[in-house]
Amino acid sequence: MKPVFLIKRFLFLILVIWSAATITFFIPRLSPRNPIRERFVELARMGGFSPADLEQIVASYSQRFGLDKPLYQQYFDYMSAVFRFDFGVSLNKFPKTTVELIMEALPWTIGLLLATTIIAFVLGNLLGAVAAWPKAPNWLRATATPFVLLMGVPPVIMGVLLLFFIGFRLKLLPLGGAYSIGTVPTFTLEFVLDAARHQILPALALILGSVGGWVLSMRGMGVTIQGEDYVTFAEHKGLGPFTIFRDYYLRNALLPQATGLVLALGAVVTNGIVVESIFGLPGVGRVLDQAIRSNDFIVIYGIVLFITIAVATLMVAVELLYPLLDPRIKLD
Amino acid sequence: MATVTAVPQPQFRQPGRARLLIGYLRRNLSLLIGLVMLAGLVLFTLIGLLTIDPKDAYPLSVPTRRPPSLEYPFGTDFFGRDLYAAMVVGLWQTALIGVLAGAIGTFIGTVLGFVSAYFGGWVDNTIKGICQILTPIPVLLIQIVIAGSLDKRYVTIYTMALIVVLLAWMGPTLVIRSQVLSMKERQFVAVAKLSGVSEWEIIFKEILPNLLPFIAAAFVAQVFSAMIASFYLAVLGLGPLREPLLGNIIWAAQSQGAFFNGWWWWPIIPSVAIVLILGSLALINMGLDELANPRVRRTE
Repeated sequence: MKPVFLIKRFLFLILVIWSAATITFFIPRLSPRNPIRERFVELARMGGFSPADLEQIVASYSQRFGLDKPLYQQYFDYMSAVFRFDFGVSLNKFPKTTVELIMEALPWTIGLLLATTIIAFVLGNLLGAVAAWPKAPNWLRATATPFVLLMGVPPVIMGVLLLFFIGFRLKLLPLGGAYSIGTVPTFTLEFVLDAARHQILPALALILGSVGGWVLSMRGMGVTIQGEDYVTFAEHKGLGPFTIFRDYYLRNALLPQATGLVLALGAVVTNGIVVESIFGLPGVGRVLDQAIRSNDFIVIYGIVLFITIAVATLMVAVELLYPLLDPRIKLD
Repeated sequence: MATVTAVPQPQFRQPGRARLLIGYLRRNLSLLIGLVMLAGLVLFTLIGLLTIDPKDAYPLSVPTRRPPSLEYPFGTDFFGRDLYAAMVVGLWQTALIGVLAGAIGTFIGTVLGFVSAYFGGWVDNTIKGICQILTPIPVLLIQIVIAGSLDKRYVTIYTMALIVVLLAWMGPTLVIRSQVLSMKERQFVAVAKLSGVSEWEIIFKEILPNLLPFIAAAFVAQVFSAMIASFYLAVLGLGPLREPLLGNIIWAAQSQGAFFNGWWWWPIIPSVAIVLILGSLALINMGLDELANPRVRRTE
């Protein structure tokens, strides 16, 4: 791997983060809304203080957030804060910072998304490869079809339908939340089992929504690989069908599928957030949901920036791993 | 001079256009099923618009929390909306957002893709570069920022369409760009150039007609993704809250704990509607792909 390539990818990453930060800086400032004033008007309505002091409070808070400085100065401060990983202080849960809020929620989100993405990826690729493989028994090849049909259903909707059939009608699994109301998060077996039961439906929704995509792309690839000379050659060498399946089918499809995984990252995160907010799971999705409900702009922008940086960094990182997946590739 | 007698050709009658179309649809099942589903939805909306009072789709117009019955076939919700009326208006609005955003996005994408591929050089590099930088940014998140910055009172169906379209032209741009790139190297373009046809004529008379299937496929794909994007924004509570958009209804239902309270029809009915509308578009999209890509086209 040449250092020039590394530097290029790193600069690209910086460029992506800079664009995202610029968008999140300018859009709110183009908007006529004043989040600080809105927040205090709301508080004043609930009777926190006399409205006469409102202008003074808004002015002093604007000063604290640096909103009285000239625009270029604000932009500079904002950018340097973003690259120091400082996304500001929550308006609603003051004095918690956005990063603190995200970090509390992140383990839940990472756990859910990592597990579901890996399961969907492995399952989809196996089913797709089998569906394209002429020697597989017919019933096995047919198992892929229902997943392909489910592909058009967004995971959120899948979640609502699962809630209805399994949670509401059959009463097999809980209707939402991360653990039963009244329990306190502790590291006992009972609590872990309870939390796991609550994760089944959202996980199922995310898996069912994404398996079909992997099945389709893997099946397409499998059909192409069948026609290759090296497969015929391997058959004539007398290699067993399982060896051919593993070393010739799966191995050759690995790289394009890994690329597909990278491109799907954005969709994975997006679906994860929406599913979390509809199920009321304590992940980043719910932090975002609460921020939207309480007009906590700084947290909304912070989460958006955080996720963008995470997704872009992961994309570049996986790209650097390509030579490990396929030794024929040299990055330069 | 020897006389040449024409060998009588076997009579071959070209089947009529309608026959061909029906025959094609029979081979392209996904396109047929998708079109039938879409026609059903359009019919539902049209009949609905004639039979309902659109006011019933808004809060405080009917008794609250009634399960589906003869009077209210889809039930009513916690806020006093007739869900049948809400579905009719909501489907119409969802379609409006999708078609509007899809049309604008496809138009921008086609123009940019064309300019980028046809003129090349720094123009191409700039447009391609912007698309590449924006690709890793999850589009929904930026849409959340925009929708969140707007004053809720001013969020309408049309602003939703605009928000969606602002960041949704990259897909068609890249598709059209790659097609024009390959097309401008083909022989018919070279022949036209050598015959002294002007650049504009080459663009509009030679290349554009050949691009139409790709533009149509890009349009359907764009409508599909615009509908999903606006649906996600609405499910997160960022839509025009007063309107009975399908996503809004699901958001409201989950906020009020519909399943916990036993009002199952409230979130289920809009979910089924979304599945039907997205499913029909996905099937049409798959069918059009086959049409635009003759290599996978099946023959009898």
